[in-house]
Amino acid sequence: MSEVLVVIDHADGEVKKPTFELLTIARRLGEPSAVFFGSPDQGDAVAEKVKKYGAAKVYVIDDAQIKGFLVAPKAEALQQLVEKTGPAAVLLPSSFENKEVGARLAIKIGSGLITDAVDVADGGVTTQSVFAGNFTVQAKVTTGTPIITVKPNSAAPEESEGAGAVEAFAATVSDAAKGAQIVATQPRQSTGRPDLTEAAIVVSGGRGTAGNFEPVEGFADSIGAAVGASRAAVDSGWMPHAFQVGQTGKTVSPQLYVANGISGAIQHRAGMQTSKTIVAVNKDPEAPIFELVDFGVVGDLHAVLPAATEQITARKG
Amino acid sequence: MNIVVCVKHVPDATADRKFEDDNTVDRVGVDGLLSELDEYAVEQALQFREKREGEEITVTALTVGPEKAVDAVRKALQMGADSGVHVSDEAIAGSDYLATSLVLAKAIEKIKADAGADLVICGMASTDASGSVVPAMVAERLGLPQVTLASVVESQGDQVRIKRDNEGSTEVIGATLPIVLSVTDQSGEARYPSFKGIMAAKKKPLETWSLSDLGVDAGEVGLSVAYSQVESTEARPPRTAGEIVTDEDGSGAGALVEFLASKKFI
Ligand SMILES: Cc1cc2nc3c(=O)[nH]c(=O)nc-3n(C[C@H](O)[C@H](O)[C@H](O)COP(=O)(O)OP(=O)(O)OC[C@H]3O[C@@H](n4cnc5c(N)ncnc54)[C@H](O)[C@@H]3O)c2cc1C
Ligand SMILES: Nc1ncnc2c1ncn2[C@@H]1O[C@H](COP(=O)(O)O)[C@@H](O)[C@H]1O
Repeated sequence: MSEVLVVIDHADGEVKKPTFELLTIARRLGEPSAVFFGSPDQGDAVAEKVKKYGAAKVYVIDDAQIKGFLVAPKAEALQQLVEKTGPAAVLLPSSFENKEVGARLAIKIGSGLITDAVDVADGGVTTQSVFAGNFTVQAKVTTGTPIITVKPNSAAPEESEGAGAVEAFAATVSDAAKGAQIVATQPRQSTGRPDLTEAAIVVSGGRGTAGNFEPVEGFADSIGAAVGASRAAVDSGWMPHAFQVGQTGKTVSPQLYVANGISGAIQHRAGMQTSKTIVAVNKDPEAPIFELVDFGVVGDLHAVLPAATEQITARKG
Repeated sequence: MNIVVCVKHVPDATADRKFEDDNTVDRVGVDGLLSELDEYAVEQALQFREKREGEEITVTALTVGPEKAVDAVRKALQMGADSGVHVSDEAIAGSDYLATSLVLAKAIEKIKADAGADLVICGMASTDASGSVVPAMVAERLGLPQVTLASVVESQGDQVRIKRDNEGSTEVIGATLPIVLSVTDQSGEARYPSFKGIMAAKKKPLETWSLSDLGVDAGEVGLSVAYSQVESTEARPPRTAGEIVTDEDGSGAGALVEFLASKKFI
């Protein structure tokens, strides 16, 4: 069976859930080999994690020459790995960075690229959700080694023991690839809540919060949700841009999305329309968001959410 | 110094966008306009020029697309770009990212030969394809660094610094011109064309190039040679109308909690 390269999504060696989803998907196309860009001392620990989801090999690429720069060095390293291994496909977790890595790689190796797949079937047929979620498209790479970026929550991770053989891969990075340098990085403070794009439940607030996100956050915490926001709430300075859901923010596809004081503009829908269950609280019965919902409450979020939070907390007792 | 802004003509997102029978985006039956996200790119190009008073800086707006796509360039000229280039050729129809980036890169090289192209500015994404990959592909083809998704752009001499939001952090990125830059909708409101701007745009140079002007073979682009093919497109079935309750005397919260419990979210 041919190899399928799966780029690991991790934060300082802590492997994230989309990796396990991707490994599960990769098994439909061949034998997954995980690719770890990181510190070589973390290679073994990472391998322990990914072999549970079927990684036969784990290529460890020392990122000392890579992490201070944008995208181009990673694309070079992957090109070299593709040339060495001749994989059936390259899968990356969809993020702005990985889409750009895929973009450069596609040109380098002369292969087709599909971005933001929400599913990849046997034979490499992908499903994407386009036009703000109004259309579903099936596509296939027809030239070269398919490069596919896959959105979080596209598959339920299924365990399957792989060999997890660690192999160091020495990539050479050209000076030309080091043109864009990361001069400073300021990590965002953790909110202690689940990560927006990976969360099973997302609770968002919009202009209707009038700047008070407490009811939204309290409700989110009562059901273990991530917190999101509309662009109106971000533009007003009530929430950082990292929390924005929509066309120019994050795309989320959780089991449950709860929109509070959000009208449901097309650009907002673009980021949440594929959520499995949608709930809205809005005081305007005519708000377009109600066209999407499985359940809606016409009411004031400042009254509904605190009361609901209280009842949920009481139930949990 | 010359700045090239890549502007895409897209079907209006608030209209009923659809696909043709061959699964390509319908670019004729649906009203089109300059992609809103590319207005931010034009704006940053104009600000770059305005901030560097005393330097000779020109802004060229470039689009690749069918006949109507020239409207995207016209809008950029009305906003304040100095000249425009529209690459149009039957053979380009149905091109994928790889072919589009090839044509853009060839056009940029041609502009560079005439006027220079020290800085290429793109939007963060096209509002139809939303790939956010064309800037990286153009950079790869031109052998340039890419500095993408900027919310703040600053420059001095040939040094450019941007600020951007990454997955888990805020970053400052530095690079030396020439580069390919992309900017987000956080980079600052785009200006509206003024009456004066609209009148002035009519006299600005606007060229139309075909593939042969760029030395690109028709066989390298278009639907038939796309590296990926769309096999089917399907309108998402409208969501079945859900249950909507009106909150009266606090009943809304109870109903909401019941719903969530029935779906096992609590
Ligand atoms: C290029 C471009 C990109 C964009 N990208 C995004 C994006 O990524 N994400 C995004 O969200 N938007 C985006 N937008 C903006 C989008 O068009 C809308 O303007 C935005 O989503 C509106 O946010 P909102 O729903 O919070 O505010 P509004 O549309 O003002 O709606 C507020 C809602 O709150 C309700 N409300 C008010 N008070 C209460 C209360 N007390 N209780 C309950 N309900 C209440 C009102 O009835 C109303 O429905 C983009 C726009 C453009 C042009
Ligand atoms: N056909 C095109 N003509 C001009 N610019 C384009 C074209 N396609 C993409 N671009 C540029 O590339 C950016 C990203 O596009 P995309 O990768 O399609 O999301 C856009 O915001 C434009 O600046």
